[in-house]
Amino acid sequence: MTNLARSTGRKAATPPAVPNWPRPDEPQRFVATREQLIDMYRQMVLIRRFEERAGQLYGMGQIGGFCHLYIGQEAVVVGMQAELVRGDSIITGYRDHGHMLACGIDAGAVMAELTGRAAGISHGKGGSMHMFSVEHGFYGGHGIVAAQVPLGAGLGFAHKYKGDGHIAVTYFGDGAANQGQVYEAFNMAELWKLPVIFIIENNQYAMGTSVNRASSEDQLYRRGESFRVPGMQVDGMDVLAVRGAAKTAVDWVRAGNGPVLMEMKTYRYRGHSMSDPAKYRSREEVQAMREKSDPIEGLKKTILDGGFAEEADLKAIDRAVRDEVAAAADFALEAPEPALSELYTDVLLGTY
Amino acid sequence: MPQILLPAMSPTMEEGTLAKWLVAVGDVVKPGDVIAEIETDKATMELEADDGGTVVALMVAAGAEGVKVGTPIITIAGEDEAVPAAQPTRASTSLGMSEVIHAPLQPAQIAHAEPVEARPAITTPETATGPTRRQTVREALRDAMAEEMRADATVFVMGEEVAEYQGAYKVTQGLLDEFGDKRVIDTPITEYGFAGLGTGAAMGGLKPIVEFMTFNFAMQAIDHIINSAAKTLYMSGGQMRCPIVFRGPNGAAARVGAQHSQNYGPWYASVPGLIVIAPYDAADAKGLLKAAIRSPDPVVFLENELLYGQSFDVPEAEHVVPIGKARICRAGSHVTLVSYSIGVGVALQAAATLAAEGIEAEVIDLRTLRPLDKATVLASLKKTNRLVVVEEGWPTCSIASEIIAICMEDGFDDLDAPVLRVTNVDVPLPYAANLEKAALVKADDVVTAARRVCYR
Repeated sequence: MTNLARSTGRKAATPPAVPNWPRPDEPQRFVATREQLIDMYRQMVLIRRFEERAGQLYGMGQIGGFCHLYIGQEAVVVGMQAELVRGDSIITGYRDHGHMLACGIDAGAVMAELTGRAAGISHGKGGSMHMFSVEHGFYGGHGIVAAQVPLGAGLGFAHKYKGDGHIAVTYFGDGAANQGQVYEAFNMAELWKLPVIFIIENNQYAMGTSVNRASSEDQLYRRGESFRVPGMQVDGMDVLAVRGAAKTAVDWVRAGNGPVLMEMKTYRYRGHSMSDPAKYRSREEVQAMREKSDPIEGLKKTILDGGFAEEADLKAIDRAVRDEVAAAADFALEAPEPALSELYTDVLLGTY
Repeated sequence: MPQILLPAMSPTMEEGTLAKWLVAVGDVVKPGDVIAEIETDKATMELEADDGGTVVALMVAAGAEGVKVGTPIITIAGEDEAVPAAQPTRASTSLGMSEVIHAPLQPAQIAHAEPVEARPAITTPETATGPTRRQTVREALRDAMAEEMRADATVFVMGEEVAEYQGAYKVTQGLLDEFGDKRVIDTPITEYGFAGLGTGAAMGGLKPIVEFMTFNFAMQAIDHIINSAAKTLYMSGGQMRCPIVFRGPNGAAARVGAQHSQNYGPWYASVPGLIVIAPYDAADAKGLLKAAIRSPDPVVFLENELLYGQSFDVPEAEHVVPIGKARICRAGSHVTLVSYSIGVGVALQAAATLAAEGIEAEVIDLRTLRPLDKATVLASLKKTNRLVVVEEGWPTCSIASEIIAICMEDGFDDLDAPVLRVTNVDVPLPYAANLEKAALVKADDVVTAARRVCYR
């Protein structure tokens, strides 16, 4: 169903010489129940509509600074999150709105953070790139490219240290994959068999630079091999492929086998940020991706073709999501800004 | 008769323990044979014979502690020399040797042929009352970590060589044995990575102590210290804690050159969201490190290699020093000397000289650089009306600059003279012994500055 360059995963790539250390089995596309399909559909639509609305509010001047939209990449986080359990930790970079929604964080609290209001999840002090919810196991929201990779390894370290059976998932982009600290983290994670899943959301462009122009090894799932971190390449536009791979990776990591690297081949329809004119790729390329590989349309087809639901059922979901997002936007626009006294709070916890 | 003198086996070694002799009088040794094990301030090292010959005398008994660098320890007669009758081992000998053979040294160790200026261990007033014991700063730091690790299972220490090697500077000595490799963790040489990993572990609910072999190497990790650790609480609207201690030696050591000799106090002290601590004596090192580990906030804990081996009185009872409180180390009424870390020793030395001239200097140890205890500084200024800042670091944008600004803003009416700063020279630290000495802050310069502000 997709025609992404090299998107059909490991079958299409030249098979690497498989090293003789243990690795997880080849992932299988997830076979979902009706409820699972509907839930994933609803989550992806929520992220899509939320991000579209955020884009509009940005255009209206209601959201400031940098704002990176997740439109097109929804299948990655929705498929991954579906295989995690409460108590697992996730962490990502600055393109974080979708991850927060997939963690079950209230859309109003996220949108109000984007508009810089007191009701925002960071009380208006973080903004688009810096949001957190310890309650939901969401550890940010980090604005420095790739900082979340060793931080995520540290979250995995904490799980192992505490022996709580949970795992950490750290998301980063194809651009971040060229930062040195990523490999420092891979090394320690494998050395200490940390329960971490490293996920490269390869949306093909690091800001305006395509993977091929920036990466000597552009098959990013191989990037962990010299640290003995097993890699898998996944069609990140197919939520069922993602979920199937997630299940394989989660089982492997939760069993104490150490980290896994997943390269999700995905695509963002919008610019890198709201201020990106995206001159580095053609309109046709984006359009072709939307028409042939859209993760929401793909899942919709699976649902309808499989007779899991009627068109009308999905339309009802669409309407409910639109209402939820509209309410979140209204809330975010009406909520008051933080009190000026908030300027001085939350610098330190202790009193000295 | 060729004698071997106890060599300096590290840049800061002034004395060592002759842990073990591996030869006995009468033995014939070949060049390269290991003849003794020497325990330095950092590690146990093997001493090799340069030339072959017969062991004529062992001048220092096995187990002898505090053997000064340069003390003759063994006499080996060359192959052509007559071997006199065996002499009994004794603790010391006269220096009337005909020839001196130095044990093999690495280039960096040779640099230390002239020992660093010995800084007197000064008993400071205002330490806690009750029984004390003499301890080095190194031991005090170790005890602080061990005590806090016993009390809190989420505290662990990670860094390069902290476990099996027992610490590059021996600060973590013994911790692996007591706490095991789950809590005392050797990392690869990967500062950026392990600083980030430690920060993530703190976010995940643990209390990491991240040791940098020196803070010079933390330049690789400064992004995580500042962007990841210091800002998280604020950016999350108070939700996400990051209780972590980044610790290690800071500032100039001895003859290690520009890239290994820098004071990062002013750098970190400029960052909101961090606690920055730079203790001077062993009691503060212990009490403040314990407070740092207990703090719910990220702490940069700046130690000093040259202080590690210095001994001070440390309270035997539980000893936690509050963060953010300066200490008056010496009371005086004519001029205030403000300093921190190794600069306090320089200030105390200057104060002793000044006292002989009838100038009574009040010496303030800031102890914490952020938050800075302005009140103690300003109260002293109100009393003395004159102030000099002493800092082992560069002058520009320094803690000294900050103290001067505070005195201008909040103490202007109390000033009878401009506040002066006595610091290192504003150049990268040179290697040559004379240049290095000229570049570092000196008590004589503090004395001169104090006289100037007193118009004497």
